[in-house]
Amino acid sequence: MKAPSGDILLSVENVTLSFGGVCAISDVSFDIAKGEIRAIIGPNGAGKTSMLNVVNGFYHPQQGRITYHGRQRSRMQPYEAAANGIARTFQNVALFKGMTTLDNIMTGRNLKMKRNIFWQALRFGPALDEEVGHRRVCEEIIDFLEIEHIRRTPVGVLPYGLQKRVELGRALAMEPQLLLLDEPMAGMNLEEKQDMSRFIVETNRLRGATIALIEHDIGVVMDLSDRVVVLDYGRKIADGLPDEVRRDRKVIDAYLGQDR
Amino acid sequence: MDIPHAVFVDPFAQMIAAPDLLAQTIWEGFVGGALYSLIALGFVLIYKASGVFNFAQGIMMVFAALTLVGLHEKGVPAFVALALTVGVMYALAVGIERFVLRPLVNQPDIILLMATFGVTYVLIGFGELSFGGDPKSMITQELYLPSGSINLDVLGGRVQLQKLDIVAAAIAILMVAGLALFFQKTRIGRALRAVADDHQAALSVGISLNQIWVIVWFTAGVVALATGIFWGARSDVSFALQVVALKALPVLILGGLTSVPGAIVGGLIIGVGEKLGEFYWGPLIGGGIESWLAYLIALAFLLFRPQGLFGERIIERI
Repeated sequence: MKAPSGDILLSVENVTLSFGGVCAISDVSFDIAKGEIRAIIGPNGAGKTSMLNVVNGFYHPQQGRITYHGRQRSRMQPYEAAANGIARTFQNVALFKGMTTLDNIMTGRNLKMKRNIFWQALRFGPALDEEVGHRRVCEEIIDFLEIEHIRRTPVGVLPYGLQKRVELGRALAMEPQLLLLDEPMAGMNLEEKQDMSRFIVETNRLRGATIALIEHDIGVVMDLSDRVVVLDYGRKIADGLPDEVRRDRKVIDAYLGQDR
Repeated sequence: MDIPHAVFVDPFAQMIAAPDLLAQTIWEGFVGGALYSLIALGFVLIYKASGVFNFAQGIMMVFAALTLVGLHEKGVPAFVALALTVGVMYALAVGIERFVLRPLVNQPDIILLMATFGVTYVLIGFGELSFGGDPKSMITQELYLPSGSINLDVLGGRVQLQKLDIVAAAIAILMVAGLALFFQKTRIGRALRAVADDHQAALSVGISLNQIWVIVWFTAGVVALATGIFWGARSDVSFALQVVALKALPVLILGGLTSVPGAIVGGLIIGVGEKLGEFYWGPLIGGGIESWLAYLIALAFLLFRPQGLFGERIIERI
């Protein structure tokens, strides 16, 4: 297993998030090193998705610090997070259902397009060159994810496994430095899971994206990830290499129920 | 003459007997319908992008027309006034985004609807304060809009087309086509559709909702200006004109609140339908049915397709 290198991409320190009286995350700290695949696991309701939402700027924690690229950030909006290279997928696929696969992936290029609205409306000169360039990037991603056959299909009619893949494609189109994947393999069969695992590993190794991954399939998590952080009832109960975490008493208790 | 004959046979016999009259009626309905479509389009744009039913759309139309005429009355040349009015509509979009939408984000829809009622009354007050409450006439000549009419000899009779109506229909078609292209082909258009589909996902790919809202409200403002000019030219520019915007409601029921093609087709059906109804069936009950027939058509339609002509079917996953 690869040990975390010195470069920390994102660190979360003492973050507490509550909704009214319900505490979703309490006093959690962990970090994500540049280039690693970092898994966040835990039983249902452990606060995993809330954690991603905090990193992504959907939620603003009441306490704690988040440092990204060495800069501590104040209240960050999701589109600012996106502009800073954080992309994500959602637990319940959040695609633009009326749009085609290609258009969905093209929305990922939104922030990379610089020409102003008037040039674009004319579709002329530099704006057209730009559009063509972005289109090429998207076609490469479509090749990479092996979804050529559904390029022109509205994503709303696609089976779930393919929707998940399109959603990954949209995130990849943003050329993210940090990619947050919220249960990318939920509801998939074995073959689809293997495909998705391959895409995740290749994204990490070939495209150089740091990945934070929430997943329930422990086998997948142990195979894929470099380091694992375990949450339970909003608290961190373990953090380390997959093998260490697997043997951790508190983790086993959290998953299997405590012996009495 | 018995009633079934008068309702189901006689009107059609009249249509066949005088096809030129029929063509004239359909043309007038078409022009009115194209303008209804434009108004409905304003509603659809805003509803799709921000989930708000914009009650102020009708007033935006009057306000835009009033600003144009009012500025001209104060001595501003017509085309400068037109440019300034576009600027005012932009300022309005920025203001609404900043002071209405942003503080109320994530509030229930009904709150946002009520907020647009507020916008309505602010605009009425501001409009009257700035330009007075008297009805004004649209500056058609100064904007080089044609007047008079063309007579066509067709179908063994004569059909009269107002030049102004031809221009209105042409501009309505151009705007609708332009917007459709803009939605399909540009980055901003793609971002607009993305926002319409899923706010969270749109945010996660780095689309700024605030920016999109300004663009959408501005676009709706420009559409309102165009409709305001042509409706203003057909009657007077006054706040009474906002009643026309209420005609957009049956159009929206017919076309679906989320569909651009629906707004277009719905507008044309309502426009042509009410003219035909008024001309051929109106006399049976003493006329004047034009003002409510549209609602009746929409109501009948609602029985069979609650989601509208092109609206998204509501399927709840359980």
